Amino acid sequence: MEAIVSLAIGVLTGAGVWLLLRPRTFQVIIGLSLLSYAVNLFIFSTGGLRTGAAPVLLSGRFGDLAQHSDPLPQALVLTAIVIGFATTALFLVVLLAARGFSGSDHVNGREPKR
Amino acid sequence: MTTWLDHLIIAPIIIPLFAALIMMLIGEQRRPLKAALGLFSALSLVAISVALLVVASIEAEGPGTARVYRLGDWPAIFAIVLVLDRLAALMVFLSSLLGFAALLFSLARWHRAGTHFHPLLQLQLMGLNGAFLTGDIFNLFVFFEVMLAASYGLALHGSGIARVKAGLHYIAINLVTSFLILIGASVIYGIAGTLNMADLAIHMGSVSPGQRSLLEVGLAVLGIAFLVKAAIWPLGFWLPYTYAAASAPCAAVISLLSKVGIYAILRLWLLVFGADAMESSGFGSIWLLFGGLATVLFGSIAIMATQSLSRLAGASIFISSGTLLAAISTGEVGVTGGALYYLCTSVLAIAALYLLIELIERGRVLGADVLAVTREAYGEGEPDEYLDEEEEVGIAIPATMAILGLSFAGCALLLAGLPPLSGFLGKFAILSPLLSGENSLSPASWGLLGALTVSGIATVIATSRAGVEAFWASPPETVPQVNLVEIAPIFLLLGLCIAITVMAGPTMQYMEATAQYLHSPMEYARGVFPTPAKAAGGG
Repeated sequence: MEAIVSLAIGVLTGAGVWLLLRPRTFQVIIGLSLLSYAVNLFIFSTGGLRTGAAPVLLSGRFGDLAQHSDPLPQALVLTAIVIGFATTALFLVVLLAARGFSGSDHVNGREPKR
Repeated sequence: MTTWLDHLIIAPIIIPLFAALIMMLIGEQRRPLKAALGLFSALSLVAISVALLVVASIEAEGPGTARVYRLGDWPAIFAIVLVLDRLAALMVFLSSLLGFAALLFSLARWHRAGTHFHPLLQLQLMGLNGAFLTGDIFNLFVFFEVMLAASYGLALHGSGIARVKAGLHYIAINLVTSFLILIGASVIYGIAGTLNMADLAIHMGSVSPGQRSLLEVGLAVLGIAFLVKAAIWPLGFWLPYTYAAASAPCAAVISLLSKVGIYAILRLWLLVFGADAMESSGFGSIWLLFGGLATVLFGSIAIMATQSLSRLAGASIFISSGTLLAAISTGEVGVTGGALYYLCTSVLAIAALYLLIELIERGRVLGADVLAVTREAYGEGEPDEYLDEEEEVGIAIPATMAILGLSFAGCALLLAGLPPLSGFLGKFAILSPLLSGENSLSPASWGLLGALTVSGIATVIATSRAGVEAFWASPPETVPQVNLVEIAPIFLLLGLCIAITVMAGPTMQYMEATAQYLHSPMEYARGVFPTPAKAAGGG
């Protein structure tokens, strides 16, 4: 499972970084979204990967990280998702404003000379 | 946890939050009401931050050192803590003062240039104060985001193509930086099992060798994110044109954001990589030193090459950031004290300069100081159509050009570090302990001495050239009309610089005590966890 998760994070990050370096604003925002998925998965995986563990507590037993999954990374990833979503939405607005002002979707606001 | 003094610690976050909420409910029409509310909030923030300064300096002499505010009164190991020490109090004071100055300045005209200026400014102050007060790495990220989200709005305030274009790059870079903070924070949690800064400092010494390098990687990723904010070379190319595009009062507040990066480095680096961190101690100091020196040199070249006043201010942010990073990297108590004094001076002077530039350029042809050949490349010259000249309010001041010229000279002296003002004292306070210590002949000390000298000369040349151009060679065709509320904040900021020059003794004492405290991380940890043995076991 470790291999699958780390592959997923790696592929998402690679695709995100590549898109981030592209000259069109739409590609940049998709790249940022992919990067945020990768980062969210990464935060999630720092709690340790495990299948079939109880989310918080098992009935009749004391809580121990050996039996249930670590809830803190899940709380962190929730916060990160919300903040990432909000800032990406904000970026989308600025992107549209730039498109409206300059009439071009190039990140520098003008088409490169050929 | 019951006295009003304890609850004062959270006030710098709560007050602007509620002020912003009320302003949002008031709506866009009733601007005078919002301005009054904003002034009330900003003034009370200044008053509270002065009180916090006093509280912090009294507490530091007692046994408790740092004052801790535990949200929800949970034990510190579970609670999200706010920590008030001398450094936090100092930074909260600076941000409150800058917020007040910018708000006052904007009342003459800029707050009418777009929607939601007042709530954005309040949220900006909330984010800044929160970032300075928090004692938790993830909370630092959250307050960074609050601060950045507000700064996106402020950087775009007044709209126009130059601002939107600069804002697009600014937001993209900061979003990626936020991902770096998240990656760093989660690696740290994965290894150390804590995000509390004090707890992390306690655990640093006992991390197993196999995991130590991974923890260092996490902290390094976190550090890179802070260095992007501090605009270290080569990660700071976004800074000059974003700040130059922002409107004057917004640029004055946003200019503090680069010092938030410096603050985070100062706080975390000294806390985590102190002497108690065993083989990790001093990790990355060589990178900070060379990065800082490169930033100073890049800033010196940039300040000489620049042709517009607002880019001159941006280049001087490079110089002050680089100087601070290089000074912090030496890891000596005396140098850190000097660096803190220098930080205060440069924050105040750069903010005053951003406000001043708008007044100087008001009477001039747009882009008059940019050579005709390169004007196109700068992409400036966008008139602010949202501002109506007739709508001026307040009292115009006499002898405008003389006052503006004197203020500009004051800013130039402060930034170049020439006597008699506090810029000189700041640089002297950095260099004096560096050259008189036992390792006074180390290459690092001489490198810093050289960089400070070169940057000082470059700043003198650039500011005198800009001043001659602005006031003598091509004086404005019409004398700009300047209101009292616009010049008053500049006088306030420069007056404070003069005050810390005159009161250099007590101010330096405060800074040295702050530095002493910053260099003893276990003091900080003891402040957060009154019983360290229990805290270490509970991690």
